[in-house]
Amino acid sequence: MDSNIVGVWIAAFLTLGIMSFLYKDNPWYKFSEAIFVGLSAGYWFASLFWQSLHAKFWTNWSPAVQSLFQGQFDYNLLYTGAGILGLMMLLRLVPPIGWISRWPLSVVVGGTAGLYLINYLVSNAIRQIGSTIQPAVTFPESIGWVQSGGVIIGNVLVFAVLLVSLGFILFGRSSTIDLPTPTKLFFFLIALVACGLGTFYSLSMPLNLTGLIIFMGVFCGLIYFFFSKEHTGFFGGAATVGTWFLMVTFGASFGYTVMSRMSLLIGRIDFLLVEWLKVVK
Amino acid sequence: MWRRTVPIMITFFVGTVLVVAEFIPHKPFGNLGEDFSLYFDIIAVFAFILGGGNLCRVHFSKIYRGKTDWQFSIVTLLGFFVMLAAGLFKIGNPMGIQGDVTAAGSLFADLYDSIFTPLQGTMYALLAFFVASASYRAFRAKNIDASILLIAAFVILLGRTPAPSLIADFFAGAGIGFMATAFNFVPTLTDWIMDVPNLAGQRAILIGIALGVISMALRLILGVERTYLGADSK
Repeated sequence: MDSNIVGVWIAAFLTLGIMSFLYKDNPWYKFSEAIFVGLSAGYWFASLFWQSLHAKFWTNWSPAVQSLFQGQFDYNLLYTGAGILGLMMLLRLVPPIGWISRWPLSVVVGGTAGLYLINYLVSNAIRQIGSTIQPAVTFPESIGWVQSGGVIIGNVLVFAVLLVSLGFILFGRSSTIDLPTPTKLFFFLIALVACGLGTFYSLSMPLNLTGLIIFMGVFCGLIYFFFSKEHTGFFGGAATVGTWFLMVTFGASFGYTVMSRMSLLIGRIDFLLVEWLKVVK
Repeated sequence: MWRRTVPIMITFFVGTVLVVAEFIPHKPFGNLGEDFSLYFDIIAVFAFILGGGNLCRVHFSKIYRGKTDWQFSIVTLLGFFVMLAAGLFKIGNPMGIQGDVTAAGSLFADLYDSIFTPLQGTMYALLAFFVASASYRAFRAKNIDASILLIAAFVILLGRTPAPSLIADFFAGAGIGFMATAFNFVPTLTDWIMDVPNLAGQRAILIGIALGVISMALRLILGVERTYLGADSK
């Protein structure tokens, strides 16, 4: 019998085994599930061995060691450190000195924290805020330098409104943070002036409605995620608008998830009917 | 000191160096991020050895003690070792041990194609039924939030399929022009939802996640967060 046919029959047997769970938990499903668990562990183990340990460590490290024996220093010899840290990780299996495995773990945790701190700050915070604020107000391409200056000032003002409003929310009149009355008044006045200037600027220049909706959605969404202040009054209203935008996002994600799962199901049924039973051409 | 202080100092040192390295575009600092990623991958393999060992320990223990469903532990271990041997020794690989581990014709690739892929696909496909059940619960317009979720999901589901144009053709054929126009508008509405309110929500979530990650990274680097060190980390 052709090995391909055997493969198709095994795949069909296991596919039906997993699907049998829809009836109830049964030995056929458990058998298929047990194979899946064992096989996936073995698959990732072997893949990581060849693609990480062999391709990234051994192929770089072993020539560097050979070079060292010939009296030359190769930068790749620094991979020795990774190998030692990896071996230290295995010391967790030796209980009396298992605590040594914390050292490589600390390298991983510290390194990941250091990398993510900058990457998330740049790509997920600053760039996202910039992309949200910049298109909020746009101009025709034929504008002169005076209007270009207006764009910059306008964006700065919009950003100022955002920052000062946040300051007002944090330290303002209705905040629970105890500040002297003059300070609260100062924040309140700055917020008022910034909002006034922002409104004047927005009304006197051509608006990008889409950009403004996105700006409002992001701002209100962030207010919803701010749990250090009770969601009441203006703050509560903004948070409610934020939840509406978030609900649209969750609805869209839900719609896409349903579609992806359905397409997978169609794929499996297609396999059973076309490749296995051959009842559909 | 060796068990607690040294790991915290290592975390502080490595984290600080990688943060500072981002601002020094010269060797060796300029490549530190990439070098660390390689180090991370190599250490992860050793961590995976621990994971494999743990899998074997749990299932051997289950078989030895004759716990409920111990027979399936034999199947799990069999699957693990067969796949492991097929991958590590590149059994049946046309290019021998020098060939790519996933080369067509090898036992590893055959097991992947005939068993791993169908099982994985079916596992995820099974979720379609549970998603249908979840849809029923989510798609009851109990309040404004649930209604917005329902409308957004429904429009996206409809707009990303050929259904609106088919329905529009049907209404156009039946002479109900305004319904045909309405259904022809659904793909445009879908694009608008994806590009405007969905984008705003996504950005709010992304910025929220970023602020959370940044604060957690600072807590880890400064040694405030120590739970990764285990039970006696306080």
